[in-house]
Amino acid sequence: MAVEALGVGAVVSNRPRPDGRWVWVLPPLLLIAVLVVYPLVLVAVESAPAWGEVIASTEFRSALLRTVQIAVSSTAGCLVVGTFLAVVISFVPFPGARIVAGLVDTMLALPSFLVALSFTFIYGSTGILRAGGFLTSPWAVVLAEVTFYTPFVMRPLLAAMSRLPRAQLDVAASLGAGPWRVLRQVVLPEVRPALLAGGSLTLLLTLNEFGIVLFLGAKGTTTLPMLVHTKGIVMFDYPGACVIAVVQIALSLGLYAVLRMALGGRRARLD
Amino acid sequence: MLVWTKPGKAIVWLAFAVVFGLLVVAPFVVVIAAAFAGSWNGVLPSDPTADHLRQALSGDELASLSVSLQTAFLGGLLAVVFGSWGALSAADTRFKRLADAMHHLPIAVPSVVVGLGLLVAFSRQPLLLNGTKWIVVIAHLVLMVAFSYGTVSAALERIDPSYAEVAASLGASPARVLWRVRLPMLLPAIASAAGLSVALSMGEVGATIMVYPASWRTLPVSIFALTDRGQAFVAAAEAVVLLATTVVLVLILDRLRGRAAER
Repeated sequence: MAVEALGVGAVVSNRPRPDGRWVWVLPPLLLIAVLVVYPLVLVAVESAPAWGEVIASTEFRSALLRTVQIAVSSTAGCLVVGTFLAVVISFVPFPGARIVAGLVDTMLALPSFLVALSFTFIYGSTGILRAGGFLTSPWAVVLAEVTFYTPFVMRPLLAAMSRLPRAQLDVAASLGAGPWRVLRQVVLPEVRPALLAGGSLTLLLTLNEFGIVLFLGAKGTTTLPMLVHTKGIVMFDYPGACVIAVVQIALSLGLYAVLRMALGGRRARLD
Repeated sequence: MLVWTKPGKAIVWLAFAVVFGLLVVAPFVVVIAAAFAGSWNGVLPSDPTADHLRQALSGDELASLSVSLQTAFLGGLLAVVFGSWGALSAADTRFKRLADAMHHLPIAVPSVVVGLGLLVAFSRQPLLLNGTKWIVVIAHLVLMVAFSYGTVSAALERIDPSYAEVAASLGASPARVLWRVRLPMLLPAIASAAGLSVALSMGEVGATIMVYPASWRTLPVSIFALTDRGQAFVAAAEAVVLLATTVVLVLILDRLRGRAAER
């Protein structure tokens, strides 16, 4: 801050430095190239002989469909639940709301399979609810993913809502708008970028989710990441696993690129 | 602010408690309760016992805890070093976009695919690592480096660059600027990257299950093996061990971060 007072703050900032310091960026990039890029290229090469066979199999097609179905349902669920919880914490605060928000932050770092493990006790054949067939249905995966990924939607929402001036809500209410109208016309338009960011991240993560599906272990709910594991580790069919991996990479990276473009453009406009 | 009447608020809070309690909190409470239950055949667990926990802290399961801790520290430490290095060296250069994209790759791709890639690449010459613990450490390093890079990069964007520039204009060498100005200012971010890396590494399952050798089985893999054999209660106890260890580690790193922020 003292530096800014001297007036030298904005003179030289954020412009690419002309000197040779960029060579320092090579070792970390080399590390990623050897440990990530090279293996992924090999996966693509290895997959070559198995494409026709895998693409034609019903196993692959149903897994692809199931993966997208589960990811889209889970993301929709997370958006609904996450928005509700974030709105209550931000705008109908109760004693302890801050602690709850902190809890949400902590949950982001916990492993997802814990949720699946708990479902064994809640919905299992001898558990609390004894909901027999539910545990082996795709809906168990969706419910587990909604549980685990809701905090990922809540976090950007809570941040955006804390920046929203309270006076705006009060003015809208004093002019006679009911809670629904305030929510729809004042709050939601303001937090839409955060909703979009949280939702797209959740969609990416649910497409890639493995731990929950593995632990629930339902025969009927094979997703693409699960199929990569089954083919690669259980059946030792490396080329087959590689084909599915390439499809999954295309799906994830394609989505990621689209989202980054959409979000990047929006951020530029906001700035 | 949004709901003004007392009954209205009560209804909203009740709905919040039900949704948050059942959906978000219940799973974690259930796992902890199951860890200490002898049996669970009704609404509530019964026959409280510490046997499962004792089992989870002996023999093979204890070895898994040690394996997980070593992997998290080794992989996490290397990830923080390389992630911070990458973020610092790429900032303000024309390689920034390339570095961003390359570091995002391991997060955007499913962890199972990262594991498969390592398996395919390191089961052959020139780097034959399959069957050793190093392939597990590398898998963790690769996944956590992405998070470390992201955390430190974000912090760098918030930090006022003029401090480093003033130091340089006063004649400090680049190494001195890095060591005495830029790194100390980044220390809180680096500590929180370390906390995140360790926590995520302790719970990593997707890449690990693809590459682990029998001699290097991490906690989550052990927990899965237990549930697969139908020993759900011991699995729950071991999950509690995992949770407790992670929380303790993160709290320690969080205190370090607090101390770094004070300076």
